[in-house]
Amino acid sequence: MQQRESWDWTAGTREIGDFGAWRTTYGYMEEPHVSEDGEKIAAIVRAEEEAYTVCVNGRPWENTFDKVWYLRFTPDHRPVALVSDTAMWTVAIDGTSWQNWYEFVWNTRFANTASHVTIAAQKELRYFVVTDDTPWQNEFFSLNHLIVSPDGRNAAAVVQNTTFPEADIGKFQEGCFTVAVNGEAWPEQYVNAWELDFSGDGRHVAAEIRTSLYDYTIAVDGKTWKKRFPCVWAPRFHPADNSVTAPVKIPGGWSLARNEEIIWNRGYKQLWHHMYSPDGSHIAAVAAPEFGKWTIVEDDRAWQARFNEVVTDAVYSPDGNRIACLGKSNEKWYIAVDDRIWDVALDMAWQPVFSPDGSHVAAMAEKNGSYTIIIDGKPIGQEFTAAWQPVFSPDGTRILVKGVLPEDQGGKYCRQVLEVERVAS
Amino acid sequence: MHEIYQLASGILVWVALIVFVGGTAGRLIRMAITARKKDAVIYQYFSFYYALRSILHWIIPFGSMSMRARPAMTLVAFIFHICLIITPIFLAAHVILIAESWGIGWAYLPNAVADIMTILVILGCLFFLLRRIVQRDVRYLSTPGDFVLLLVVAAPFVTGIWTYHQWSGFEIAGIVHMLSGELMLICLPFTRLFHMALFPFTRGYAGSEAGGVRRARDW
Amino acid sequence: MKTSEDFQAAAEEKRIYDAGIEEGAKKLTPEKIRSVFNELMQTEGGARLEAYTKACVHCGLCSDACHHYLSNDRDPRFSPAGKVKQTIIEIVSRKGKVDADFMKRACEIAFTECNLCRRCMIYCPFGIDVAYLMLFVRRACHQLGVVPQYIQDTAHSHAATYNQMWVRDDEWIDTLQWQEDEARDEIPDLRIPIEKEGADIFYSVIGPEPKFRAQLIYQMAVIMHAAGVDWTMPASQGWDNSDMCMYTGDSEMTARLKKIHFEAALRLKTKRIVMGECGHAFRSVYDVGNRLLGWKMPPLQMIHAISFYSEIIEQGRLKIAEKFDRPVTFHDPCNIVRGRGLHETARYVINQVCTTFIELEPNREHNYCCGAGGGVINCGPPFKNKRVQSNRVKADQLAAAKKKGAEVVIAPCHNCHGGLEDIIRHYELGLELKFLGDILYECIQKE
Ligand code: HEM
Ligand code: SF4
Ligand code: SF4
Repeated sequence: MQQRESWDWTAGTREIGDFGAWRTTYGYMEEPHVSEDGEKIAAIVRAEEEAYTVCVNGRPWENTFDKVWYLRFTPDHRPVALVSDTAMWTVAIDGTSWQNWYEFVWNTRFANTASHVTIAAQKELRYFVVTDDTPWQNEFFSLNHLIVSPDGRNAAAVVQNTTFPEADIGKFQEGCFTVAVNGEAWPEQYVNAWELDFSGDGRHVAAEIRTSLYDYTIAVDGKTWKKRFPCVWAPRFHPADNSVTAPVKIPGGWSLARNEEIIWNRGYKQLWHHMYSPDGSHIAAVAAPEFGKWTIVEDDRAWQARFNEVVTDAVYSPDGNRIACLGKSNEKWYIAVDDRIWDVALDMAWQPVFSPDGSHVAAMAEKNGSYTIIIDGKPIGQEFTAAWQPVFSPDGTRILVKGVLPEDQGGKYCRQVLEVERVAS
Repeated sequence: MHEIYQLASGILVWVALIVFVGGTAGRLIRMAITARKKDAVIYQYFSFYYALRSILHWIIPFGSMSMRARPAMTLVAFIFHICLIITPIFLAAHVILIAESWGIGWAYLPNAVADIMTILVILGCLFFLLRRIVQRDVRYLSTPGDFVLLLVVAAPFVTGIWTYHQWSGFEIAGIVHMLSGELMLICLPFTRLFHMALFPFTRGYAGSEAGGVRRARDW
Repeated sequence: MKTSEDFQAAAEEKRIYDAGIEEGAKKLTPEKIRSVFNELMQTEGGARLEAYTKACVHCGLCSDACHHYLSNDRDPRFSPAGKVKQTIIEIVSRKGKVDADFMKRACEIAFTECNLCRRCMIYCPFGIDVAYLMLFVRRACHQLGVVPQYIQDTAHSHAATYNQMWVRDDEWIDTLQWQEDEARDEIPDLRIPIEKEGADIFYSVIGPEPKFRAQLIYQMAVIMHAAGVDWTMPASQGWDNSDMCMYTGDSEMTARLKKIHFEAALRLKTKRIVMGECGHAFRSVYDVGNRLLGWKMPPLQMIHAISFYSEIIEQGRLKIAEKFDRPVTFHDPCNIVRGRGLHETARYVINQVCTTFIELEPNREHNYCCGAGGGVINCGPPFKNKRVQSNRVKADQLAAAKKKGAEVVIAPCHNCHGGLEDIIRHYELGLELKFLGDILYECIQKE
C-alpha cells in the first residue's frame, strides 16, 4: 500500500495526461474517474467498432473488450473495471483480466485501505463471491448485500440457501435466506436478511433480519437476538469491544439498542445510519426528532440545527471530536459541521472530509453546474467542470484538489496542492 | 303534567345545552388529542386555504360533481339543512322566550315563513325516510338507528308546528316538543348527527391533501 | 336489513378459492383475531379512523362513484360505504370478536373489491377516505396473515430482492446493458448510464419493466438521448420504485423499500428522480412511503414521466418529427391525477404529439379507475374474471370513446395497462393500448 506521505505534496498545479486532447480522440467516451492521489484519470472509451477499453492518462489499455462497465480506482490507485468478451464476464485491473470468467459480475467492492478486489458473480444461475480471482467454494440460489471486511480479505453476503417454488408463500415464510461469510452459510435461516456489517477485525458479522413477516431483529455470527422489534435498521459493530448496536423501533418511536438492550432514552421519529467515533466512545446518527425535521444526534443528544428535507453523509473526524454532514432544506444542500451550517447554499454536495487532526473540513460541491471545493466554509475560488473528493496531506497543512478545468481555461485535468491556511483564512 | 313541563322548560334545557356544547367540544378535543398521538401527520398537511376551498365547494349548492349528479337529493338536502338550522334559532317564539329569560334577542322570522320552513324540514325527513326504504344502496347502508334518528329530528318540528297552531292535544305536543328538542340536542354529539361537527374537519383534511399535496380538485 | 341476506347468499355462491386467504385463515383463532385487531386499534386506529366511521351518514352518495358498484348491477355490497359496513364497521363495533370466515370475506373485499382509487372520496360530502379504511382492513389482514397468495408473493419478492418481480441484481444490470446494445443498433452513441455519480436525473422504473417490458427502458433511453439529458440508473438495489407492500398492509416493508429507493438516488448524487410511467409507484414514493419514514415530502424532487416529457417538450429539447395521426383517447390514472393532478400536463403532451384527441367521459379527477390498481391485479389469476366483470363501466366508457373515433388508448401507468388490456380483450373493444412513451418514441426526432 502506498502511504499518503509518499504522494506528491508539492504546492502548485500539475496537469495530468492532457485530458483535454485525448477526450477528443475518441468518438465515444464515458465520464472520467480519478485515482485518490490524483495521478491518474481514466475513462471507458470505444477503441474501434464495437470494442471498448479504458483510457488511462491518455493511453488505452492494450486489450479491448465487447463491453466495459463500472470503472473505478482501487485504494492503491489501479484502475479496475468489469469487462466482457464473448458473453462472459470478469474483472480487469490495469488492463489485465482475471483468469476466471463468469456469466455476470457486479458489485465491485474493496476496503478503504487495502488492495483486494471483491465482486459478486453468477454462473449457471448459481451465485457466489470472488475475491482476487478466487471464487467461494459454495454457491447459492441468490446473493445480495455484499460487503467486505475493513482489511478487504473477508466477504459476506445475504444468500438464499433453499429454493422454493414460484408463489409458495408458505415456504418463504419458513425462512429461506441467511448470511454467508467467505462462502460458509450460517446454519439458521431467516425470512429475510438485509444489511450486514463486519467487525473491525473482520471476524464477526452482524445482520439485519426478519424472523417472520412481523418480527425484526439482529443476528450476530448466526446467533439471533432474543428480542424482536416492529422494525430495525442496519447494525454496527463497536470498533473496540465488538458489541453490536442497531436502531430499533419501539412504541415511542426509534431508539438505539446494544446487544438487544435499549441504550438511548429518547424516541425519534426516525433514526438511522448510526456510526461510531473511531475509538468507539461516541455514537452519532441521522435522526428526525420530529416529523419532517432532520438533524444529527450524538449520544442521544440532538443538534439544534434542523433540515427540512434530508441529512446524509455524516462523518466523524479522525479524533472523534467532530461531526460533519450534509443537509438539505428547501431544495438546497448545505454542509454542517458540529451543529453549525455553512452559509453556502448548494445544488449538490459530497461527503465532507476532515484533516487528520480534525481542525479543517473540506467538501466538494456543485453550484450552477460547476464544481468547487469548500474549505472551512470558504470556496477555494477555482471552479471545475468535474471534480473529485479532496484529500488532506498527512500533516494537515495542504490539501489535494482534483478537477477538470473549464473549457475557457483549457479543459484540462489537473491536480492542485493548496496550502490550507492560505485558502481557509 | 306541570312538573314535566317545568322540568322540560327549566333544568332540562340547561342539561341539553350543556350536553350539546360540552359533548361536542369534548369529543372534538378528544379526537384532536388522539390525532396528535396516532395520526400526527395530519397536522402537517392541514392547510386552511385548501380546506376552505374544499368546504366552500361543498356548502354551495351544486358546487360539486356529486351534487350535480343528484339534483333532487341536493336540493332537498340543502333546503332541509338550512331550514333545520335556521328555523329553531330564528323562530319568533324561541327568540321571544330567550329574550324574556336571558335578556338577549335577535331578529326573528315571520311566522308564515317559519311554518313553511318547518314543513320543509318534515318533508325533508320524509324524503330521507323514503330514500332509506326505496333506494337499494341506501337501504343496505341504513341501520335501525338511522330511522330512529330521523324520528328524533322530525319530532320537534312536527310537535312544534302542532303546538304553535294549537291543534288538539297541543299541550302534550308542547311538552313532547320541548323534550324531543332537548333529546335532539343531547343526541347531537353522540350519534351520527355529529356529522355536523365533523364535516369541517373531514372535508377540510380531504381538501388539504387534495389541494396542497395531490394538486387535484376534490369536488 | 332483510334484503342484505340475498346479497350475502349470492356472495357465498361466487366465493373464489385463494390459497393465501384459505391457508392463512386456517391458522386463525377468534382469540388471535381479537388480540391482533385490538393491538392494531391501540397503536394505529386513530382520529382518522374514528372521524371517517362516525361522520358517515349512510347517504349512499358515494355509491355511483365506484366502478365496482356500477359494474355489478348496483349491488349495494359493492358501494364504498357498503364495503366499509361489511368490514371495518363490523370489526370495530364487535371489538374484534369476529371469526375466521369473517376475516376471509373482509380480506376479499378489501383486497379485490376496492382499488383504493379514491374516486368515492370526491363524491362523498364529507370527503371520507374509503381507501384509507380499506387499507386499514388490509393492514389487519397482513397482521393476521390472511392475504391473497399472489400479492403476498409479490410482497415477498420486494422483501427478498427489493424489487417486485424476483429480478436478481445481475439480471437487472444485464437487462440495462442488453437494452443499450439493442438501442445502439439504432443510435450508435446511445448510452444507458449505469451508476453515473452526479447525473442530473435518477431514472427509476418498476420491477415488471426489466422483466416483461424491457423495450420501455430502451424507449426512455432514446428519449433521454434525444433530449440530451444527463441521467443515470443504479446498479444497486433501489432501482425499483414500485411497492406492493403498500397494498398488502406491510407498512414496515413499504418504508424500507422507499428508503432504499431514495438512498440509491442520494448515493448517486442526483438532483431529481424521474419515475417511469407508473401510478402506484408514484403514490408510494410521493405521499406514502416518505411519510412512513418521517419525510414530509420526498427528500429530493421526484416527478412522473408525464411531467418530465412535458418539461423537455416545453423547453424545446425534444422535437416532434411527425405527429401521431391516429385518434387517441386518454385514461387518467388515479394515482397521478387524483393523486397528483397531472391531468392537464398529460393533455399538453398529448396535444403536442398527437393530431386528434378524444376525451373519455368522465375524465380528469373524475375518471373511473382501471380496475387493476390498488394491488387488485396483483391478487392474480384467481380474481381475474371477477376483476374484469367488476369494471364493465370502464368498457362502456371506452366503447363510447371508440364510437367517437378513438383508436388508441393512452394510459401512462403500468397497472392501468394491465387492467385496460384485460378489459379491452374481454369486452372485445378492439382498441390499441399505449404508453405515452410509446407514442413519443415513435414521433420524436431521434438524433
Ligand atoms: C350544521 C348542522 C347539521 C345538522 C344539524 C344536520 C342534521 C342532519 C339530519 C338531521 C339529517 C337527516 C338524518 C338522517 O338521515 O339520518 C342529515 C342528513 C344529512 N346531512 Fe346533515 N346536518 C348538518 C350539517 C351537515 C353538513 C355540513 C353536511 C355536509 C355537506 C351534511 C350532510 C348531510 C347529508 C348528505 C345527509 C343525508 C343523509 C340521508 O340520506 O339521510 N349535514 N343531517
Ligand atoms: S374502488 Fe375506488 S371508488 Fe370504489 S370504494 Fe374503492 S376507493 Fe372508493
Ligand atoms: S357518501 Fe360519504 S357519508 Fe355518504 S354513505 Fe358514502 S361514505 Fe358515507
